[in-house]
Amino acid sequence: MLKIYNDGRRITVSISGDIDHHSARELRISIDEVIERSRPELLIMDMENVGFMDSSGVGLIIGRAKAVKAAGGEIVVKNARKEIADMIALSGMSSVIAAPRNEKRNLQTL
Amino acid sequence: MKQKLLNECIMRFPALSRNESISRSAAAGFAAQTDPKASDIAAVKIAVSEAVTNAVVHAYRNESRAEKRVVEMTMRLYEGGLLKIIIKDRGSGIADIEQAMKPEFSTAPESEERSGLGFTVMSSFMDKVKVRSAVGKGTSVILEKQLSTYEDEKQ
Repeated sequence: MLKIYNDGRRITVSISGDIDHHSARELRISIDEVIERSRPELLIMDMENVGFMDSSGVGLIIGRAKAVKAAGGEIVVKNARKEIADMIALSGMSSVIAAPRNEKRNLQTL
Repeated sequence: MKQKLLNECIMRFPALSRNESISRSAAAGFAAQTDPKASDIAAVKIAVSEAVTNAVVHAYRNESRAEKRVVEMTMRLYEGGLLKIIIKDRGSGIADIEQAMKPEFSTAPESEERSGLGFTVMSSFMDKVKVRSAVGKGTSVILEKQLSTYEDEKQ
């Protein structure tokens, strides 16, 4: 499931549930609609409520990063749990990751 | 040294994408019997999802008979916490295994959801990944991981 928060040309898509080959297609279509319609300067993909992701999610992120960049914007992945961040790193896309969820928690407890 | 087999479960299902989540949940349930770290269970779920998705996407492109499009997952737990999961199809097989296992190699350009990272991800989250395949006969992916146990945690 996808929730969209629009703050001018800064858009957050909050994904919940599992991201796998089965669910990625629908997510791709929905996020691409947002990119097409709003041409965001910054697209934030919030993974806070993603319970599971496999490499299909990495494909989803890489594809959306290309689309956003083609329209002159940037993409950030936020609140990714450790194994998700590890997978993104395997693809060489670490630069899109904002502070991982556990780091964020640590900061909050300081 | 051959470790003693403690438990085994076998699951057969049609190669449908909706079974990706069902099979990885079953594998997580099987791995949970040793009460390992949460990160071990997460790793098993991801690796199984990759292997099953590969079977769903690639194995039966040339097979129109629905009843033939079957994936079999065998889960084994050995003494000491060694987990072995075999994901087997009877599909078209892989001609060049070495090439198929390379990062970002994909024969599914029409499937934008596949990043070509499936085998890379499996290898990174499991201790061992073996692939046996014969063209026209099918493919087996063998995933192995030494699960952490309660005893490890105490040390």
